[in-house]
Amino acid sequence: MLRLQKLTKTYRTGDKALNAVDLEIPKGQVLALIGPSGAGKSTLIRCVNRLVEPTSGKVHLGDGEEAVEITSMSSSRLRRARREMGMIFQEYALVERLTVMENVLSGRLGYVGFWRSFLRKYPQSDVDEAFRLLDRVGLLEMADKRADELSGGQRQRVGIARALIQNPKVLLVDEPTASLDPKTSRQIMRLICELCAERELAAIINIHDVALAQMFCQRIIGLQKGEIRFDGSPDDLGPDVLTTIYGEEDWKATIRPAEEAAA
Amino acid sequence: MTSALLNERLGRRWRKPHFIKNPALRWGLILGAIVYVALALGSLEVNWQRVSEGLVRGWRFVAAFASPDFTKRGGDIYEGLLESAIVTVASTVVGILISVPIGLGAARNIAPLPVYLVCRGIVALSRALNEIIVAILMVAIFGFGPLAGFITLSFATIGFLSKLLAEDIEDMDRVQAEAIRATGSSWLQWINYGVQPQVMPRLIGLSMYRLDINFRESAVLGLVGAGGIGATLNTAFDRYEFDTAAAILLIIIATVMLLEYLSGIIRAKVQ
Repeated sequence: MLRLQKLTKTYRTGDKALNAVDLEIPKGQVLALIGPSGAGKSTLIRCVNRLVEPTSGKVHLGDGEEAVEITSMSSSRLRRARREMGMIFQEYALVERLTVMENVLSGRLGYVGFWRSFLRKYPQSDVDEAFRLLDRVGLLEMADKRADELSGGQRQRVGIARALIQNPKVLLVDEPTASLDPKTSRQIMRLICELCAERELAAIINIHDVALAQMFCQRIIGLQKGEIRFDGSPDDLGPDVLTTIYGEEDWKATIRPAEEAAA
Repeated sequence: MTSALLNERLGRRWRKPHFIKNPALRWGLILGAIVYVALALGSLEVNWQRVSEGLVRGWRFVAAFASPDFTKRGGDIYEGLLESAIVTVASTVVGILISVPIGLGAARNIAPLPVYLVCRGIVALSRALNEIIVAILMVAIFGFGPLAGFITLSFATIGFLSKLLAEDIEDMDRVQAEAIRATGSSWLQWINYGVQPQVMPRLIGLSMYRLDINFRESAVLGLVGAGGIGATLNTAFDRYEFDTAAAILLIIIATVMLLEYLSGIIRAKVQ
């Protein structure tokens, strides 16, 4: 569904954030991207939808005949491709002074014309879908509240609804739990994974919490200094692997013990 | 190794380092500033005889505030006030309409470099030329009357609003705007959803503030012939009718205070 080919990003300061990353994600797979701060995780998912322009390399979206290449697109075709990629952000990135409903409907901006969006006259099907999604994430009664009145967990649910109303093929998720408490973090991760399963979405989830990644994702990629150092199932993630990704440390308490995983 | 450094420090007083480290330079600058101020004050020539005569005239003016005369020139005051009100509202509205696109163009984070430079140029030009100077030029072009005042204030509003709007856009939360861009929105949609909600309260607050500035300025611009209440005020001064002048000044003060109060309420509402 999503295929990265020798994706490279060098920032103007000379920092090489990504170094020829090759990665293929099939339909329906939820992938966790772990690695130390500055490893290039955020850059990687932002290069996929070109919020950050990659320096070189290719990004293919879709399967077989339908596949499109994103890095060479003109800006109008890029907008069309962005509709197919929902993004969920660290710190939610809701537009705080807009209502919950406006935030969710903003996920349809790629599909409706300017005047419709300006006058907030969305097609009834979009409005119905927005209500359905808000109901799914448990926030239907909050629809007309302003986004900044919500708690962190609620805001992230709105962020999820905004990404899903795009009817995407791929979800790009940047540190979804970074500012949430442990329980809410699990709920949010569970919700994202359930929704990906329901809709057969491929997802890349950047995450610092290794245990949470192991708990919810089918595949884990370890990124260090812009290169992939580990690619495997959560059960293969041992202390030695974490040491190659993050550096020397006592990892026993961080990861799920192997016997528990087997049980 | 570190403990040697620590031992050296323990028991010694700690002070915030001076902003200018070199003591000779520091004291030199302080001394220089004092000498400069003393010399500057010494260079002002004061003609005390002239002041004592002027004080009498000044006092008559102040005393007129105790008996302001709203009625003797009531018709003129009303006309001047109406003209000022029209000029103020019209120039503020037109100024805002022109400022918004220029403000968008003058924000480095959303405008491409050529657009940015042009818009910043317009802002700089508008800010560099003082209202009085522009008004004198406009009076020379369009003749005496409120049209010159209207154009002057619209022009001045652009410099003020565009600059502050652009700075607010540059300070906005980038991620909120990024999230809207990621949905595949067009540029206009992006501005409408990602940028506008973030800067709207400040834009409204600044517009109200500018309305109040434009009213005050319209009083000053009358002095150079650009119409409005200022023209009435100027005539009153020319005729030494200090009671009428006092009445006009009191009206201006009351109006500005009222606008200030209103803008406070509006700003609190739109947060």
